[in-house]
Amino acid sequence: MATFMGINLFGLFGQLLVGLINGSFYALLSLGLAIIFGLLKIINFAQGAIYMLGAFAAYLALQYFGIGYWAALIVVPLVVGLLGVLMERFLIRPIANEDHLYSLLLTFGVALVLQGMFTHMFGSSGLSYAIPDALKGGNKLPFMYLPNYRAWIIVASLIVCVGTWWMIEKTKLGAYLRAGTENPALMQAFGINVPLMVTLTFGFGVALAGFAGVMAAPVYSVSPDMGSNILIVVFAIVVIGGMGSIGGAIITGLGMGIVEGLTKYFYPEASNTVIFLVMVIVLLIKPAGLFGKEA
Amino acid sequence: MKISKFNIVLLGLALVAPFVFYPVLLMKVLCFALFACAFNLLLGFVGLLSFGHAVFLGTGGYVTGYLMMNTGLTPELGILAGTVASGLLGAIYGKLSVKREGIYFAMVTLALAQLMFFVFLQAPFTGGEDGLQGIPRGYLLGLIDLSDNLNMYYFVLAIFLFGFWLINRTVHSPFGQILKAIRDNEPRATSLGYNVNDYKWAAFVISAALAGLAGSTKTLVFQLASLTDVHWHMSGEVVLMTLLGGMGTIFGPVVGAAVVVGIQNFLSGGELGNYVHIIMGLIFIVCVLAFRSGIVGEIQKVVKRNFS
Repeated sequence: MATFMGINLFGLFGQLLVGLINGSFYALLSLGLAIIFGLLKIINFAQGAIYMLGAFAAYLALQYFGIGYWAALIVVPLVVGLLGVLMERFLIRPIANEDHLYSLLLTFGVALVLQGMFTHMFGSSGLSYAIPDALKGGNKLPFMYLPNYRAWIIVASLIVCVGTWWMIEKTKLGAYLRAGTENPALMQAFGINVPLMVTLTFGFGVALAGFAGVMAAPVYSVSPDMGSNILIVVFAIVVIGGMGSIGGAIITGLGMGIVEGLTKYFYPEASNTVIFLVMVIVLLIKPAGLFGKEA
Repeated sequence: MKISKFNIVLLGLALVAPFVFYPVLLMKVLCFALFACAFNLLLGFVGLLSFGHAVFLGTGGYVTGYLMMNTGLTPELGILAGTVASGLLGAIYGKLSVKREGIYFAMVTLALAQLMFFVFLQAPFTGGEDGLQGIPRGYLLGLIDLSDNLNMYYFVLAIFLFGFWLINRTVHSPFGQILKAIRDNEPRATSLGYNVNDYKWAAFVISAALAGLAGSTKTLVFQLASLTDVHWHMSGEVVLMTLLGGMGTIFGPVVGAAVVVGIQNFLSGGELGNYVHIIMGLIFIVCVLAFRSGIVGEIQKVVKRNFS
């Protein structure tokens, strides 16, 4: 057994890997939240339920339509994104001018309905989804065993996260988006269809959660409450990173996954609480979060 | 608050109610009504949406439950201890959260509540997933046997009336006026020289302590303290009760609590149990989209339009 200064390297890197995987999902989900919050000032409480929906959609697509993992990775985010578009258009837009707390409550209601429906249809025990053939197996590294699918999760979610960041921060489309949040009326005057932009952005943020759901299906069991527990952690991460900060969401998401993994190795009792503890400390030092601007 | 005929009739009804309805159900309604009123003190009168208020309900419950089981404390002291514990936790959590506004405040309170959820899940004295069971109700002041449901009911009613009175007193005091001023226009309240965060913090502590009082009482009624009371779903439920009944109204949270507990009780019996979440979610959506003033708020509007 490989040890270094009394530390079991296999155990340590194993937990680090688990942490990175969790962190990838945290990053994807908090990125979606940050985009939606940045543009619409809406906390999408349904984000967790939509992540769950993504996982179930992948499962059902395989069971009933024979749509495999790779196709699901494209189709499910599109379908889920479309659902987000409808949700924005018919539920959120009517209350867009009200206190933002109402949109939080509304999306919470949507989350309850979705979770209730899936519990009703599938019960609360988990279903399993097989790892795609191309990603079965793994590599034995000198200090750990790395399953291919897990490596794929980390790489794929990094690509999606960085791509999204690049699109928003570096392209013209992203500049429109950011300008639309700063001054919607001015953007309208320039001939940009802001309501459409808002709708599509909401759809994209939601699609990210759907994508995370498909990615998660083979590693976690697909169950109706898989979204509700991860959501609160993601909220804490969004607070730590600074709300609405795109880069903050990605970095904090991955970072907190690693922190969680390390805690699981050195002091497992605290592994569930460590992210919330970090949040308390960050709030005491920087109330606007690590990457947030003071409101 | 003036004692009107309306209030005397209500009190009379509350006194005879246990002879008509099952007392345990009524006690459940009263506990949740107090919880919702405490929550509404923040949401309705200061404009702060605390999305983690269940943590105070649960903390009161666990502290009372633990003390009642392990020390020979009388029920009123047990409840007092639970209330104080929740108030202290509220003092710490309030300090951390009231600096943030709106959605930020909601998320910070939610995440802080989740911190305690895991503490209660893992701490050695809380019974983990099982919670604390078989908590004795004890003898009130060492004399009155609370294992009798009727005695217990009047004790719970007295606690509820005390809490309800205290909230009313707070809302209608000069302190309450400042809270409403903060709700309506925070920069103006600041420019008038009020230290806004201190007022918010004080309101937070009162609300937390009263939520703890509700939780302690509930634990005694059901002789059970469990994770359900700390889970964030419970925080959502109290928001629903307040929203449905009418936030910012005095009786709204009571009506909302009665309706929600009534629906849950009605559905929990049979096949419909699975639908509870779906129906709660739909009520949320309909409330936000169609009637934000809630039941009591809408009735007040109708009364105002037609009778004055």
